[in-house]
Amino acid sequence: MFLSRLTKELVQFEEKIDSWEQAIELASNPLLENGSIKESYVKAMIENVKNFGPYIVLMPQVAMPHARPEDGVEKTGISLLVVKEKVLFETDKSANLFLVLAAEDATNHLTLLQEISDFLSIEENIETLLNATNYEEFLNNLRGK
Amino acid sequence: MKILAVCGNGLGTSFMLSLNVNKALKELNIDGDCKNMDLASAKTEQADYYIGSPEIMDQLNDGKKKTIRVVNMVNLNEIKDALKAHILEG
Repeated sequence: MFLSRLTKELVQFEEKIDSWEQAIELASNPLLENGSIKESYVKAMIENVKNFGPYIVLMPQVAMPHARPEDGVEKTGISLLVVKEKVLFETDKSANLFLVLAAEDATNHLTLLQEISDFLSIEENIETLLNATNYEEFLNNLRGK
Repeated sequence: MKILAVCGNGLGTSFMLSLNVNKALKELNIDGDCKNMDLASAKTEQADYYIGSPEIMDQLNDGKKKTIRVVNMVNLNEIKDALKAHILEG
């Protein structure tokens, strides 16, 4: 499932991030490091929000930054940044979770998106993430339910 | 009935929304199909309804299109309520 793709090195926890741009950049780092995306993809994700507004905020507290495969995806991957203090967008929207999505092509990420959707639709999962300060804690809390 | 889920680049957000809209349509017994599309293409694409986040719907609406605004793309109940309000009672 989706959680098994989110291995420890792909998940980061922070207290506070000053801007949504910085949050997207930081959240993308693990995918840059493991070669899933190129720098151009990070820029494209930020441009998307500047052009279209924060539609990447899928639900209260959760943003899913993404761009097009041709913007610089090498292989499909996801990474997650959890920020305790909410990060503001230019409108009234904000987010605590930044789930970066990189999809190799437009069709084969169906399963991945379905899994993400299923995970996020359970509100307790989001609480569990926000209450954790590190990866082990998060996993233990999820298992403990 | 043709419904278009729309977002900035027509991939992530709208794709996820279309999965949940199709689930909702089925549960509500509404005969329809939801596909996803980017904002620029959706402007010239005909559909019975367009669904997406408020800021995308504002950019799409030309006064003639029937738009449905959704804040939580993974909440099936919110999507069902929105579809009911616009399609069944609209």
